[in-house]
Amino acid sequence: MEVAAAKLIGAGLAAIALAGAGVGIGTIFGNYLSAAIRNPSAAQKQFPNLLLGFALAEATGLFGLVVALIILFAF
Amino acid sequence: MANPMQQFEVKTIGPKLEVGNFDISFTNASLFMVIVVGAISLLFVLSTQKKSLVPSRMQLLSEMAYEFVAKMISETAGDKARPYFPFILTLFLFVLFSNMIGMLPYSFTVTSHIIVTFALAIFVFIGVTIIGFIKHGIGYLKLFVPSGVPVVLMPIIVVIEIISYLSRPVSLSVRLFANMMAGHTMLKVFGGFVISLGLVGGWLPLGFSVALTGLEILVAFLQAYVFAILTCIYLNDALNLHH
Repeated sequence: MEVAAAKLIGAGLAAIALAGAGVGIGTIFGNYLSAAIRNPSAAQKQFPNLLLGFALAEATGLFGLVVALIILFAF
Repeated sequence: MANPMQQFEVKTIGPKLEVGNFDISFTNASLFMVIVVGAISLLFVLSTQKKSLVPSRMQLLSEMAYEFVAKMISETAGDKARPYFPFILTLFLFVLFSNMIGMLPYSFTVTSHIIVTFALAIFVFIGVTIIGFIKHGIGYLKLFVPSGVPVVLMPIIVVIEIISYLSRPVSLSVRLFANMMAGHTMLKVFGGFVISLGLVGGWLPLGFSVALTGLEILVAFLQAYVFAILTCIYLNDALNLHH
């Protein structure tokens, strides 16, 4: 197979990692929302944890994006 | 359409300087680092010039930053981490201001380069490891041996713990770098759509661009926060050995 074509396919496959980040962020915000509706008084205290979880989940997906960019530009 | 990666190009400003094999000339990256440090110093020097009990708006801004970081440290790492407050405040403000100044059009995002974030992360990693060994001596190695694990699993767990400890600087730096770079690339790509679709279809990506800019400002703050709070968590591991 042509190397250039294989690179593009590989980069596209690496970007699938972002699906996991989407699931993770959705889970975090969904669970936070349902917990906050059940117990609104405790919601404000857990907001920093929400942001932390959001950033951590997003970062794992972005690792996949970094792999895609390395395949595209560094090889 | 211009290459969306073009914005990350490091250009030399002024004369080219070389020491041995190293290129130490002044670049746009160094210029923006100077601007970031200058902006932080200016904010804090100006706002604390006229100290009053009822703070002015500027004073309130710096007090908010101070209290935010102080609360973050005392909540995650406890009172023992008090002496490291200046370091974490500096780290937080540097990352925050780099991210925020990078959001201005035609500016340069210092933190979108892996070498900058990796330098910050490796300093945190080495510093925390040294603090851990000073506080606990050789007992700091107990960090890798969690309590309550069956003896059979012990060899595997220890190896995993060591790998996860050593990957801390990598994950800390790649998280910040990837977020900033991906965000700025995405903004550029959507900006390119506006131009290429023209007057007829360009309005949709323009709206997206506006929304994404808002999201990126959130991410810029969030990543600075995460960087600082993870530093606090690592510091907590070193100061208050749990296992």
